[in-house]
Amino acid sequence: MNHMPKFSRRAFVIGTATVGGGLALGLDIPFGGPTVVRAADGSPEVNAWVVIRPDDTVVIRIARSEMGQGTLTGLAQLVAEELECDWSKVTTEFPTPGQSVARKRAWGDFSTGGSRGIRTSHEYVRKGGAAARMMLIQAAANDWKVPVSECTAANSVITHTPSGRTTSYGKVAEAAAKVEPPADIKLKDPKDWKIAGKGLKRLDTVDKTTGKMTYGIDIKLPGMLNAAIKDCPVFGGKLKSYDEAKILGMKGVKKVVRVNDSAVAVVADTWWHAKTALEALPIVWDEGSNAKVTSASIAKFLEEGLDNSQPSFVGNKNGDVKTAIAGAAKKVEAVYNYPYQNHATMEPMNATAVYTPDKCEVWCGTQNGEAAFAAALEVSGLPADKVDVHKQMLGGGFGRRGGTDYVRQAVSIAKQMPGTPIKLLWSREEDMQHGNYHPITQCKMTGAFDADNNLTALHMRISGQSILFALRPEALVNGMDPATFAGLNPSGDAAIGYSVPNLLIEHAMRNPHVPPGFWRGVNVNHNAIYLECFMDELALSAGQDPLAFRRKLMGKNPKNLAVLNAVAEKIGWDKPPPQGVYRGIAQHMGYGSYVAAAAEISVTDGNKIKVQRIVAGTDPGYAVNPAQIERQIAGSFVYGLTGLFYGGCTVKDGRIEQSNFDTYNSMRIAEMPKVESIVMPSGGFWGGVGEPTICVAAPAVLNAYFAATGKRIRSVPLRDQNITFA
Amino acid sequence: MERTNQGNAMANLTINGKTIDVDVEPDTPLLWAIRENIGLTGTKYGCGIAQCGACTVHIDGVAMRSCGVLVSEAAGKQITTIEGLAANGALHKVQQAWIANDVPQCGYCQSGMIMAVAALLKDKPKPTDQDIDEAITNICRCGTFQQVREAIHAAANA
Repeated sequence: MNHMPKFSRRAFVIGTATVGGGLALGLDIPFGGPTVVRAADGSPEVNAWVVIRPDDTVVIRIARSEMGQGTLTGLAQLVAEELECDWSKVTTEFPTPGQSVARKRAWGDFSTGGSRGIRTSHEYVRKGGAAARMMLIQAAANDWKVPVSECTAANSVITHTPSGRTTSYGKVAEAAAKVEPPADIKLKDPKDWKIAGKGLKRLDTVDKTTGKMTYGIDIKLPGMLNAAIKDCPVFGGKLKSYDEAKILGMKGVKKVVRVNDSAVAVVADTWWHAKTALEALPIVWDEGSNAKVTSASIAKFLEEGLDNSQPSFVGNKNGDVKTAIAGAAKKVEAVYNYPYQNHATMEPMNATAVYTPDKCEVWCGTQNGEAAFAAALEVSGLPADKVDVHKQMLGGGFGRRGGTDYVRQAVSIAKQMPGTPIKLLWSREEDMQHGNYHPITQCKMTGAFDADNNLTALHMRISGQSILFALRPEALVNGMDPATFAGLNPSGDAAIGYSVPNLLIEHAMRNPHVPPGFWRGVNVNHNAIYLECFMDELALSAGQDPLAFRRKLMGKNPKNLAVLNAVAEKIGWDKPPPQGVYRGIAQHMGYGSYVAAAAEISVTDGNKIKVQRIVAGTDPGYAVNPAQIERQIAGSFVYGLTGLFYGGCTVKDGRIEQSNFDTYNSMRIAEMPKVESIVMPSGGFWGGVGEPTICVAAPAVLNAYFAATGKRIRSVPLRDQNITFA
Repeated sequence: MERTNQGNAMANLTINGKTIDVDVEPDTPLLWAIRENIGLTGTKYGCGIAQCGACTVHIDGVAMRSCGVLVSEAAGKQITTIEGLAANGALHKVQQAWIANDVPQCGYCQSGMIMAVAALLKDKPKPTDQDIDEAITNICRCGTFQQVREAIHAAANA
């Protein structure tokens, strides 16, 4: 049952190629020479990050993908801060992966996952902005024949202080593009930020309110045809045969094509025609042995991994848990589980491709332009200089669009119809049943107390699926998936927030055939439920307040504790909640950020939950756009609580049972709690914001549910237990 | 609705004030006629079963999920899409409130959300939170609901 995935070496090489020798990204290109690199409209690049038009418009290049998380605006703020430009004149554009590869990866990593957009590129994008500023000032000083030290820049205007002369960025950009890039670039202290650090409005809002914004699904090309696709419903199964004669006469149908070895697509004039014909197409699948797998068989497979006799990887260990538990005055045990989840981006997977023997181009939403580029290279068989990917706005990502399956399919279809642009769109049903699902796990928790109710040991044994095993096996460490210990590690950017004298956290890797993927928050989603709900169980057993119990274990983790204390204070933990309202609290760490949440809920009839209020705190080190961070926090609660209440993908006959939002529901506005965010950047480190907070949503509410009902929920989703929103 | 002698189906649709002959079968969901035959792509496909609301348009002033409306049912009626919501060169007050409150994240559901809210405000110019809860049932996976609610009240008070 341990399913070994196919591994694309080519994608790996491009996806993980280092920028080499610590090159300063975007600064290593010899722009200082006689040749000015120009943007498509002819405006000069000052460097790879900054183009300035004669009318003073500042075009900031964004390599990461925008999927709603606001990274486009945040990254532009960081560049603009150092550039000292007029924010009202800023616009953005996405360089293509093909351009980047042709320029020795001038823009570095395109991958937009793991809440990395800002935290792994802030330094080089700020340097890009700073270098451009220095070159623009130098160009003005050269023109004026004055020392550069006598010139300053602010708001896109350069001033020669002694004479009061001024010029604008637009006027000197052409000359600046020929200036030798500076070798020594000093970045501002974040306390001096004027553009970064502020809750500025997003740059991409207006077009999202008028219908003008173009997503992958909206691409139109001359002569374009549309494709609908069905992949084998059983993961790992194959396409055996289909009877195209039955549908070739249907309105608009142009061609029926095999896609890879497991899918069939109908190409038609419109997608509606393609989909209608596809539904009428008789298809025979070779479902293979996976067709016998069910949720029950997967649960049994995982349950066996909870047994200490089974092999496991150790992620965190101190002291001697076995001895401590054996000699304990009291032992507490509980088994938890967390299900598969589909990303269910609002925009289903899609990609548009056109292939000729000389050129392959793709238009799509992707969280990793370079991975999509590598996929197009591999499937087209063309060299890198004949392939490119044009990134579009993503109608949601949440990790799903880091995959390239839909890109591969689109190129495969286009390759079978050379010269004709093909837009491949998945139906919602295809999207729901061919995801890369949040991995399924179970966890056995054991805690031990001495006679004075001090926690002496904590044993956490997770059994379940590894994402890296399936998607990035090169990242396994001696077979272990280090990412499974998110928020549980001894140190680093996803460390556990508690000190326990005897601690053992281990993972029995069990990989069912359902393909796993990175689902917003990834492994912290279940790890935080397991740890934080069990912390409440331990506190109860010790007869202590859940907050007080945690605090005693957090003396060596002041940042975790500060965030926990902040939410406790704001929700008023030291005072009783209003009549009929119950509280729960949770804290965790992920993606370099410290997060905590406190929930207030009421419960009707024992099973109808109204989440009245959420207080959520995060310390991401630096807050580049606090207004967007607040939106990421609030949105995380929608995604996380949707997963808790309505989520859960189940398996029957080897396939996913849920097919659309009627069977895989999503929270609506009526169910939205009031989320009060506390953004409390303490400085000195860069944490992510798109994902970390999601993990405390579920445990805070589950702990409040226990406070309300005395019933401990250890299994997700709640719909399986007839618990729903009030 | 009539069939031409070429065997094509022609529908006569009035969208955003313009009446157009569209070569589309009468049993096609209006969503796909709008997106593919007419070429207005602001109206989005999300589920195809009238669950998510991303395809919401106004039909004779009423918010409808266009994936669940057939072309034959919409013929002869006034259809308004997100592209036709602005009037006389000015954005609708809901669009303005959306911009002022920085509502969209990925933005994909927002066309439908805005159309649903515009219809709500026409019926109930000052909706309560409960009115909003009952009328706005669109799915937003990014979770913009908090900003949506604030912006609805802002638009109502504009």
